[in-house]
Amino acid sequence: MKPFESPDYFNMDELLSDEEKMIRSAVREWVGENVMPVIEKAYLDAVFPRDLIPQMGELGLFGPNLPEKYGCAGTNNVAYGIMMQELERADSGVRSFASVQGSLVMYPIYAYGTEKQRQHWLPKLASGEKIGCFGLTEPDHGSDPGGMKTTAVKDGNSYILNGAKMWITNGTLADVAVVWAKLDGTVRGFLVEKGTPGFSAPEMHNKHSLRASVTSELILQDCRIPAENLLPESGGLKSPLGCLTQARYGIAWGVMGAAMACYDEALNYAKTRIQFDKPIASFQLVQQKLVYMVTEITKMQLLSLQLGRLKDQKKFKFTHVSMAKRNNVFQALEIARLARDILGANGITAEYQSMRHMCNLETVKTYEGTHDIHTLIIGADITGIPAYS
Amino acid sequence: MNIAVCIKQTPDTAIRVKVADDGKSIVQDGIQWVINPYDEFAVEEALQLTEKHGGEVTIVSLGPAGIEKTIREALAMGAHKAIRIDADHIPDDPSVTAKALVEVLKNGNYDLIFLGRQAVDDDHHQMASLVSQALGLPCVTVVVKLEIDGGKGTALREVEGGYEKVAFALPAVIGANRHLNTPRYRSLKGIMQAKKKTIEVLPATLAAPKLVVEKLTPPPAKKEGKIFKNGAADAAEVARLLRDEAKVI
Ligand SMILES: Cc1cc2nc3c(=O)[nH]c(=O)nc-3n(C[C@H](O)[C@H](O)[C@H](O)COP(=O)(O)OP(=O)(O)OC[C@H]3O[C@@H](n4cnc5c(N)ncnc54)[C@H](O)[C@@H]3O)c2cc1C
Repeated sequence: MKPFESPDYFNMDELLSDEEKMIRSAVREWVGENVMPVIEKAYLDAVFPRDLIPQMGELGLFGPNLPEKYGCAGTNNVAYGIMMQELERADSGVRSFASVQGSLVMYPIYAYGTEKQRQHWLPKLASGEKIGCFGLTEPDHGSDPGGMKTTAVKDGNSYILNGAKMWITNGTLADVAVVWAKLDGTVRGFLVEKGTPGFSAPEMHNKHSLRASVTSELILQDCRIPAENLLPESGGLKSPLGCLTQARYGIAWGVMGAAMACYDEALNYAKTRIQFDKPIASFQLVQQKLVYMVTEITKMQLLSLQLGRLKDQKKFKFTHVSMAKRNNVFQALEIARLARDILGANGITAEYQSMRHMCNLETVKTYEGTHDIHTLIIGADITGIPAYS
Repeated sequence: MNIAVCIKQTPDTAIRVKVADDGKSIVQDGIQWVINPYDEFAVEEALQLTEKHGGEVTIVSLGPAGIEKTIREALAMGAHKAIRIDADHIPDDPSVTAKALVEVLKNGNYDLIFLGRQAVDDDHHQMASLVSQALGLPCVTVVVKLEIDGGKGTALREVEGGYEKVAFALPAVIGANRHLNTPRYRSLKGIMQAKKKTIEVLPATLAAPKLVVEKLTPPPAKKEGKIFKNGAADAAEVARLLRDEAKVI
């Protein structure tokens, strides 16, 4: 099979370093040979293809932008983004796995943990030997995590955690959960290990979206953890939000992969599907859809690349990430819907990928700050008036 | 073990090449350059040997500065260092390349020198033989299985219709074939580390070519495929044509 080629209408490749392109082709090749052949069935069967985990570790796809001394690759942020794009070209669930492991578990241990916690967890998480999850959302607090009810109480040399988290990616698979709970009214991060009495993580079923990804509840009932499992540098809602900024950055890049896959599929289909004795690509209405897709992909590429360069220069703000996440997910979803439409009835089958991407992107639109919440974040930034407090 | 692997940068085989206006070269624009696929098996085998026996893998490649990108690919797989023999072009005459390679290889004190059995661009199948001849070393090529034990090696070679097992003493020159191994994926860590590895640049004096390319001709357009419309009823006919016409079974 011919290897995937991403659209590059504006010669964006000229703006990438050799190393960034080498990372892209390395991940693309692995995805093409190992993820693409299994992903459709995994999605239909609603399982995460766990065989991929050690391979992803070996390739260095978990926390690659963290330092080498913790077993990570030490790439820049653009390369990290490119890797996410390549993963999501296969499926948002596979990219989500890497997002959670790298940005939501390894990053907080790196940013808010002790050196001992870093040394203990980061190499194992980088290699995929251990899996992590991130528990912020609760049944009654999604967009409003500040209202969380989960609590931690100090008791001698332990903390006792009580509460419930919901919609937690990788929860059931995880060896360690980064759980956010209020200690004396302040949000702090805690490491809760699998098997701790009072902690369980049942899987949530019957999803129409992100089916090739495990989503779970986390139940904490008088769950006693050692005091040293507190992430000492965490404090306040800004700590989990700091992790989300990292993950949202990866999402802004990731969804381009899904959009590219859909565009590629729709373009090829339109050129070969004959109706009224002509390829449907010859009809103006179909061309308009294809042009919309490639234009929006090109705009996303420019936005993401500049975002990545800003992040590498330490000049980026969380509001930049909000704009990129909001725009790119919205457009990727539009593109997936248009692709599905161009594919006609074939588009609803598992022979093609577009509808799977479309369904996945509905989750991506909601998680990591919904589309509308990002509107409000940018709105508050430009007007100085927060609409959500 | 001290191992050298000679690699060549070739166009990605997934890409369709076009003959340039001069009729003797290919259009370079838009070409994806890769490590010659047979050389990738050579690099992988060398890496596996040093992982088992210790030692170092040195990549050797001849060409202009642009090929360093491809050399880095081999370093990203895990090779330890590299030598680029500087030349403004990759020669068309394999004997010219072989001479320049030998000038460098003879000083390296290598236990094994790997190459691919052929380069997929000009398909000369000569380099391993030319290099080994000049160095006075045994040449084992089209190798699909290799075992090294002390100063000796045995190799399984693919020959028409079967395999040939040969024994040889080190140092030796090996021409890698497909199926020798499965080349590893480049990891992000490997790619980052490759950046820090040194590529030594050595000058080359290229001999005058004894062979020049006069003309390149693209292959004739593919004939239209045959479509069988009767399902299982056509099976016997399909089998017959595969045997008698396509000669693939
Ligand atoms: C598959 C999946 C995986 C997930 N993985 C994780 C995970 O690993 N860890 C984790 O912690 N969470 C995870 N989440 C949870 C996700 O982050 C939340 O679903 C998200 O934050 C939205 O919260 P909610 O679902 O409670 O929606 P709500 O907050 O109830 O929002 C519902 C609607 O109301 C809108 N809305 C809410 N407030 C306002 C306002 N002030 N102004 C205007 N509109 C508003 C929203 O935009 C949205 O349209 C996951 C979710 C899914 C679906």
